[in-house]
Formats: sequence, structure tokens, C-alpha cells
Amino acid sequence: MEMPEPNQDVIRRSGELAKALAAVLPPGAVLDREDQRRAYESDGLTAYAQMPMMVALPETTDQVSKVLAICGSFGAKVVPRGAGTSLSGGALPLADGVLLGMARFNRILDVDYANRCVVAQPGVTNLGISDAVADRGFYYAPDPSSQIACTIGGNVAENAGGVHCLKYGLTTNNIQGLEMVLMDGQVMRLGGRHLDQSGYDLLGVMAGSEGLLAVITEITVRILPKPQTAQAMLLGFDTVQAAGDCVAAIIAGGIIPGGMELMDGPAIRAAEAFAKAGYPTDTQALLIVEVDGTAQEVEVLAERVSAIATDHGASTIRASTSDQERATFWAGRKAAFPAVGRISPDYYCMDGTIPRGRLAQVLGEIAVMSERYGLGVANVFHAGDGNLHPLILYDANNPGELDRAEQFGADILRLCVSVGGVLTGEHGVGVEKRDLMDEVFTEDDLAQQQRLKCAFDPDGSLNPGKVFPTLHKCAELGRVHVHGGKTRFPDLPRL
Amino acid sequence: MTEIFAPTDAEQVAKIVSQAASSGTTLDLRGGGSKVAYGRPMKTDAILDVSALSGISLYEPEELVITMGAATPMSEIQAALAEADQHLAFEPPDYDHVLGRTGGGATIGGVIACNLSGPRRITGGAARDHVLGIAAISGRGDAFKSGGRVVKNVTGYDLSKLMAGSMGTLGVMTEVTLKTLPRPKETRTVVILGVDAETGLKALEQTAGSQAEATGLAFLPKLQSARSAVSVVSAADSVTAMRLEGAGTSVADRAAALAAQHIDADVQILEHEDSLSLWAEIRDAKLMPPSGALWRLSLPPASAAQVTARIGATCDVECLFDWAGGLIWVAVEDDDPCDGPVRDALDGFSGHATLVRASEDLRRTIPVFHPQPGPLADLSARIKEAFDPQGVLNPGRMVDGQ
Repeated sequence: MEMPEPNQDVIRRSGELAKALAAVLPPGAVLDREDQRRAYESDGLTAYAQMPMMVALPETTDQVSKVLAICGSFGAKVVPRGAGTSLSGGALPLADGVLLGMARFNRILDVDYANRCVVAQPGVTNLGISDAVADRGFYYAPDPSSQIACTIGGNVAENAGGVHCLKYGLTTNNIQGLEMVLMDGQVMRLGGRHLDQSGYDLLGVMAGSEGLLAVITEITVRILPKPQTAQAMLLGFDTVQAAGDCVAAIIAGGIIPGGMELMDGPAIRAAEAFAKAGYPTDTQALLIVEVDGTAQEVEVLAERVSAIATDHGASTIRASTSDQERATFWAGRKAAFPAVGRISPDYYCMDGTIPRGRLAQVLGEIAVMSERYGLGVANVFHAGDGNLHPLILYDANNPGELDRAEQFGADILRLCVSVGGVLTGEHGVGVEKRDLMDEVFTEDDLAQQQRLKCAFDPDGSLNPGKVFPTLHKCAELGRVHVHGGKTRFPDLPRL
Repeated sequence: MTEIFAPTDAEQVAKIVSQAASSGTTLDLRGGGSKVAYGRPMKTDAILDVSALSGISLYEPEELVITMGAATPMSEIQAALAEADQHLAFEPPDYDHVLGRTGGGATIGGVIACNLSGPRRITGGAARDHVLGIAAISGRGDAFKSGGRVVKNVTGYDLSKLMAGSMGTLGVMTEVTLKTLPRPKETRTVVILGVDAETGLKALEQTAGSQAEATGLAFLPKLQSARSAVSVVSAADSVTAMRLEGAGTSVADRAAALAAQHIDADVQILEHEDSLSLWAEIRDAKLMPPSGALWRLSLPPASAAQVTARIGATCDVECLFDWAGGLIWVAVEDDDPCDGPVRDALDGFSGHATLVRASEDLRRTIPVFHPQPGPLADLSARIKEAFDPQGVLNPGRMVDGQ
């Protein structure tokens, strides 16, 4: 993976920069010793590692503002980082960059039940928000599987999802306000405790911007009352096709489940061996469907789902009879990644999204590729929203296997795009999928996205080397091509 | 006479905009023309009429996705969705009454460009939350796309959301892909009659924070309820309305349970048809006066009573509360639009006030959209420039000189 050429000038002046940063930060908040920096060299995409030039750990918005302005004046690049759980290398450091650790922004600032929102600093964990409001029966809906560790700031940067997206939306649908700092040190607020911000939808732009536009210092999220009740069902099928058809029929039947997950044979068996969730290991596809809401509503919905599953030839239909059993049903799915980790020395987690109806075709083609690359694969699928996570099994100790796994992964993503899907549903582009962006976007598409970045960060100092395969200077992108010809609008229809 | 361009496909739109950018020809973007009176008045060199970019090109109900030309009429979309028992869950309002006109003609492009959402906004999200992807022509005349046809997507910046609510100032949308959802089979509305605003708003807040899963929460003072065509509502001194929707028989049970919680009040349940009628009236602001200046405030729901009290202290107004208090329609006499008191009333709260309806003169002199603080306004100006460097697309529609 090629990263932007390190600026030797900046590296040469790193001592001076560290001193300038230390002057505006609390004692011990600038880490420049090698052993200190080592801890930050990778994020959740551990195949890549790079030591940052130094690490800065601000505690207040004002400090972030000063740090960014100082870095800007040195021409130093900045890579923001939450908990470092990114699976796409979004927080991969740069050799000539300051790694901006936001872990000290770890406080919940206000819980506002009357307006049903929570104001939190970006370093608060996703689960920390739900925990803070649990005693009053509220929760924060998006629940990525790393929710114990991942931070809400990182969730906004990657527009994190989870298993409840179809019904409750992604991060972008559940945030109401932000405070953020631009690279030049300017602090601004978007939205707040009301719905629908005024002006351009910059909240929507910030969600999923992968740390390339601004540094988030405060977030207002919407909280919801926990559904009165929820019931999970295990539905086993002999073919992936039958399970996929069942998913389509549930939705066509007017039901939007709180969660709807699909696992293929290898994933079922790995998860069952690991979590003992009671999964039928002789089936080729397992659906976990959860319906939630008021007790009356759930009863009606569960009956309908069960009837649809029967129509589609389900070989197993089991409904949870208690919250404890419901948790057990989910335990296997939630442990799918570590479970696969137990059957293979290494695995590479992919994150494409496809139209739901193409699932059987896509899994069929992945099986063919698996043969061709000589690498096993287990598939877990957010069936409700079409988000597919193939886990490619490999052994990094075997020479060439990581490369093969990466090529296999890239082929899977190209396949997703070719059936009308996208490269990434919830993990972000980062460095991992950067060079595949032109599979989805034209040069004009990418240029327009980069012009948006220029409006936030004209020097391209914030997290460069991520998302965009080719870096263009803002001046070059801003150039207006004047079309020749004196006649205005020849040959165009007019009324 | 103003020149009118009428492209028939996206390629022609690109050519027109590209040449407009070269020659500095400013364009007024039109779909169905139903929202000409919304936003700041503009003086442009030409009209870009994209009404030919119409028609549904893809609709797969089981995939919950629909793609269509940006100028596809809302009526056509709603008819197609209804056939598959689906709908747009953000409950797009019809602004004809709000803008003092008749004739319909609203298109999906206009609804998205204005980011208009109805009462279900509180649980179902806004228009922008249902946009999966767009294709557009930038002010440079370049075609660009964003998003796709799937719900979960973080591939590149979400320019679709940026287009939503940008009032045609950043790009000419040519195609829109939206998420569709099953239409609730049954609906009931629990109404508490005759309580004062404070009591009504408290009941809404309590319901919003409960497990009742209400999808509409509104308070109608007497002047508003009196305009309803639903007899129970029009006869009441005030109406606190709580809507329940769902899969079928359970909805009636849930309504009975919710009504039982307000046993001490004068409480009734509106059946399916009455419930639909009432929420259409609330959605389209039909319970507000048909003329005079009209404001739309988005604010923290729990501050609704305080904000309207502040406004009422200096201005003679009529108010309707939707979104459990998070949205307030405020009607004033046109000769005094009361802009100072309305905007000042939000001081200390987050939120904003939009002057949705007023004479052209007023909309020219009073900022239609809430003024933004300096750094944010500067950033917005840079974004406008990034998409439309020559300022040819709907110039001045949102902000003077931009």
C-alpha cells in the first residue's frame, strides 16, 4: 500500500513541533519515544503498520484547535484516532504525521431525557452511551459488533452500523449534533438537540467522512426507549437460496424485523462449536430473525415470520421463549468472528453490500473463487440490509497467503459492485479499499468528492492517503475549464 | 422574457450547465414548479426546466428500493408504491397549502432538495435519511453520482445527504434512489381533548419516551383543531394527538392501552380513516391559516412551550406543534412578520426558524433560512464554491449572494 511521500522537512523539525504541541497540552500528552509510539502503529486492520512521527493526546476542544493550528503551520499531517478498532486502516499513522488520539475525550456531558438525546465526547464507547441511559429504559440504536471498545467519534467517522440498521438506521440516522474543529483550528457546531439542522447537511457529510474533513470533539446522539419486548427466531434451511427467498418474503410481507442475520454452513458450524448457541449444524443456511416492539405487535409479527419460514421449507423453526434464550440465539452470531478465528490461524474480514436478492448468486461465485484461491471462506450476512461479511481464512505464516487473501477479497468486492452493490457497508474505505474506489466511481465523481474535502481542508493535511486512490491539489481541482465557442447553448432544446 | 431550457436527459442538462458556467448564465432550477415561492426570491438569466427527467426506472418492492428521474411527480411515485403496499416512510408533505397555491405538481427532486418530512419524522427519519443515492450535474457541468441502491454504504462521502436540503444550489439532481418501506396496515390515534398546551406537550413528551412506539405526536390549540375536517377534532377546545401504526389487529389493542393511561382526561380513539385524515392535515399544515406569513421552527421538543411563550409575549400568533414539540408552525399577520421575536425566541436553545411563506418583498429582506454563525457560514460558502464555482445554480435561493 503506497502512502503519501513523507515530508522530510517536517520530520527534520519534529523536535520543534513536539515542543510546540507540548506547550499547549497537559504534561505527558505528547508521546515521541519509540516505545510510546509503538502502541499506535496499527488499528484493527493489523496487516498494515506504520509508526507515527508522534502522538498527541488532547483533552479539550481548545487544545484540539491549538494542536491542529500548530500542525497546520508546520505543514504536518494529522491522523485522528478513537479506539483504533477500524477494520479498514482508517487510523493507520503516517511517518510524517501526528497521531491525534481522542481517548481522553471520554465523558458523557449531558443526558437529556426530555429531548431524548445524549451529549457525549467522541472517546466515549458506543456501549457506554447505552449503558448510561439503560436504567431509564433507553438505548442508543446502532450497535457495531465492536461496541464494547469502539468509540462514538469513530462511529461517526465510519458511519458505523450493526445488526439493527434496517429498522433503526446507521450512525448517520442517529446523530443530531456535532462540535468539530477544522484543520485551521476553527471550531464550529452542527445541529444540536433538535431534528433537521439548518443549511447544508454537514452532519450527513461528516458521517462516514473517515477523519478526512474535521476532528469531531462532541456528539449529540438520539436515544430511543427500549422496545417493550423482543423475540428471536432461528430458521434453518437446506440451501442459501431458500433462506434468501425467505428474507425477501418477510420483507415483501410488510415486516421490517429489528434484526435479520444469515450465516452459511461454515459460519454456522464454527459459531456453534465456539458458542454452543444450539444452532442446527446440519443446515446450509441459518437465519436469525428478531422482531421487537410492543408485546401485542411482536406476537402478531412472530406468527407471520414463522408461517413464511414454513412456506419456504425451513427445516428448523425455533422461537425464543425468554430473554435469556434470545441472548443465546444471538451469542453464536455475535461470536462469529472469534469463532472463525479459532478454526483458522488468520482471517480477513470483508464488508461489501449487495442487493439482497443477489445473495445466492454472490455466495455461489464466492465459493468458486474460494476453490480457485485455495482459501476457505465463511459468510455472515446482515440479510436485512444486504451487508455481506465474508471471512477469508488464511495463514499469514505461509508465504504468499496474505497476498492471496487480499486478492480474493478484492475480487469479492468487485463482484459486489458488479451486481449493483458497493465496496463497503460499514467498515469504511480507509487504506484497505482505497485503490478499488475507481471500480465504483468515475474520475468526475472522485474529483467532486475531493473538492468537498478542499472546502474543509484545503492543504490536504487531515488523514491523507485514505479513501482516495489519487491525491490532487485543491488548486488543480478548483480550476474551471472555460468552454470555447461564442454561441451560447447551440442545439439545446428550449421552450 | 426569461429564456427556458428544457433538457430531455442528463447529458443535455450537463451541456446546458457547462455552458451556463462558461458564460455566467444564472439558472433557476424547476421540476414541477410547485415550490417557486419557497426560499429567497431569485433573479436569474434563464430557467432550467428539468420536468422531462421523469419516470420510475426501477422499483423492486422486496428490495425496498425505487429509482426514478428527479422530476417524477410525487403522485406517480405514491401510486406505484401503494400498489405494493409500500410508502415513503418520511411522510413527504404537500406544500401547496403552505405556499398558498393549488395545482399540485410536486416532484421527488423538489421534496428531496427541500428535505421535507412529515409527522413520522420523529421515528421514521427525515427525507435525507431515505435517500440511498443520487445522480446530479454540478455547477461545473460535470455529472457525478453518490451512494447507490443499498442501505448500508460508506463508500465515499455521502453527497446524497448534502444534496438533500440544498435547494438546488449545489447540483441539478437528475436521478434519485430512495428506500421504500411497507405501509402500516392499520392506524389509530389516541386524542386527549381540551387540555392546555403545557399539559398536552407533557403528555406528548411522556409518550415519546415510553414504549408505546407512537409515530405521530402533535398538539393542536383550539384555532388549529377547529379547522379539521374530523368532527371529534374540530369540536374540541384543543387536541393532543398520539398516532399508533402497525401490522394489524394489535394496533387497536395498543390504542386502548395508551388511552387507558389517560383515563382521567377526556380521551377518545380515532379509527383508521379519521386518523389518516387528521395526520394528512397536520402533515400538510392545513390546520394553519391559508395566508399571512408562516414560520417553521425546528427546536428541542422540551423547549416548545417556552419558545412559543416568548414569541406570544410580543406577537399575535397561531401555533401548531408537531414532532412532540420539536416542530412548530407559527402563523403571523403579513404586515408584521415578527422575525425578530421569532428568531430571538430560540436564543439559548439549539434550533432554527424558516420563513416558509411570506411576500416576495419580505423574503428578500428577511433571511428565509436561519442565519448561521460566521465560521459555519464561511464553510457553507466554500462548499457552494466547490460544487458551483461560477454561482449559476439557484443563486441566492438560500443565502443572499451565494
